[in-house]
Amino acid sequence: MSAAPLATTFLQDPSFLDVLYIIAFALFIQGLRGLSGPTTAVRGNRIAAVGMLIAVAATLLNRNEGNWGLIALGIALGTAVGVPAARQVKMTAMPQMVALFNGVGGGAVFLISWSEFRLTHGYTGTATYITIFSLFAAIVGSVSFWGSNIAFGKLQEIIPGRPISFGSAQQVVNGVLLVLAVAAAVYIATGEHSQGIFIGMLVCAALLGNAVVLPIGGADMPVVISMLNAFTGLSAAATGIALNNPALIVAGMIVGASGSILTNLMAVAMNRSIPAIIAGGFGGGGAVEGASGAGEHAGTVRSTTAADAAIQLAYANRVMIVPGYGMAVAQAQHAVRELTKALEARQVEVSFAIHPVAGRMPGHMNVLLAEADVPYDQLEEMEEANQEFGRTDVSLVIGANDVTNPAAKNTPSSPIYGMPILEVSESHSVIVIKRSMNPGFAGIENELYYEPETTMLFGDAKTAVSEITAELANI
Amino acid sequence: MIIASTLTTNLAILVLAGFIGFVVISKVPNTLHTPLMSGTNAIHGIVLLGGLLIVGLSGNGTFNKVILVIAIAFGTINVVGGFLVTDRMLEMFKTKPKPPPARSGKGDEDGKGKAP
Repeated sequence: MSAAPLATTFLQDPSFLDVLYIIAFALFIQGLRGLSGPTTAVRGNRIAAVGMLIAVAATLLNRNEGNWGLIALGIALGTAVGVPAARQVKMTAMPQMVALFNGVGGGAVFLISWSEFRLTHGYTGTATYITIFSLFAAIVGSVSFWGSNIAFGKLQEIIPGRPISFGSAQQVVNGVLLVLAVAAAVYIATGEHSQGIFIGMLVCAALLGNAVVLPIGGADMPVVISMLNAFTGLSAAATGIALNNPALIVAGMIVGASGSILTNLMAVAMNRSIPAIIAGGFGGGGAVEGASGAGEHAGTVRSTTAADAAIQLAYANRVMIVPGYGMAVAQAQHAVRELTKALEARQVEVSFAIHPVAGRMPGHMNVLLAEADVPYDQLEEMEEANQEFGRTDVSLVIGANDVTNPAAKNTPSSPIYGMPILEVSESHSVIVIKRSMNPGFAGIENELYYEPETTMLFGDAKTAVSEITAELANI
Repeated sequence: MIIASTLTTNLAILVLAGFIGFVVISKVPNTLHTPLMSGTNAIHGIVLLGGLLIVGLSGNGTFNKVILVIAIAFGTINVVGGFLVTDRMLEMFKTKPKPPPARSGKGDEDGKGKAP
């Protein structure tokens, strides 16, 4: 009997638990390093998962009291919801799935802060810095929870994707909500113990989360999702400081850094500043400007047929496919893969040009194409692709619009002027598959469609691509 | 004094983790940004630990127990769902470039995270 308490003491030794936490965050970092290439990435993700398992195990060891029933209940509920959702989600729906998972993470953060507040009767006897980090986590976690849910709703089309806003008053509203939330936090940190104030703070943060994401249009979603990811990470790191837990601090901060990098990359790829995106309403404002500029295009649009497009592609040496959100919406990735196989059978060299903000989250197109078995080495990033267009015979644009618009290079008055684009007009000819002449999310007329080397194939992306593949068989 | 040193140690960890995060994440190619995002998303589900820690303290009333169970459930969804969905995506990237797929085949990814 004497050995058992000894073992228990050792397992609950704070230093031993800290060692486990350090192993856990080392595995997170090692796992993320694995994500730098497709061959090591699967292992990397699993290494990170093992790290998580160790962190959870360490936390369960460090317990004096029971409550195992509550823990089992919480984990069982989470597993019952999380596993089927992750198993069944379609790759096209990945952005909303990530938004939802991000949201529940933020939700957990603010609930944990709230329970801390209640347990300590308003942070009585708590060190001021712990109070501050806990309050920070509560505000940011709440913003992230509500913002992510709105993003989910927009991507899932439960809420209209069009910007919903108070117009020019938007920034004032956001500012007031932020000031109120921070004021409540300061009040609590300086010794107020009333739960009403704490709840008021959570409500202001919740309204702020709604007010920030509701005005953001569909095309800016990659930026918003990255930003909310960073928010949840930072709030988790703050929770870690409040609870003095190194694994939480490291994991949360790395996610914060990752989200910040991606947010910045997306904003650069759209040539828009992050504050301008948060200020919102891209879809609305740009449309007016773009429409007034549209009259300049005296050029005519030439439409083509699937049969003609097939002939053009069949006799090309090199074809570059430019996919966009239209491909995702039409679920056309498998049809596109069939087309590339048919072309490759005819010795046509095919690759894909991927703009960083194509789709609804960073790297979304790559996931869809990988799902359809397109080899990784056929996917080219923007810089590589732009060097290739000069020796490309046919560029096939499938459901992509603004990312190919030459106005971004040529027309200083255009709202997207300065945005890096895929320079498809450098190729010898361009075929654009598009449902209609309606402008894209930014509401800007695309000059590409009026250029002499461009032909338009109107129709649903999946149907049009399948028709081309069928016509190829007849040549 | 002890409190101050805990704070500074934790702040040092925070800052260093930020720099490591920047270095590591900057090496991830655009192509893998969606799995990166869902993977890091799973990692911030580690807030689950916060729920586990606090639910073990004495003095939690009924309401606190309810919100902590919800927090644990949310954290678990975040962790388990995040890792699983990332694994699904990465599998698609992995098998393509290598014609003879050297799958690990252990199937252990399914058990991760939900085992505790």
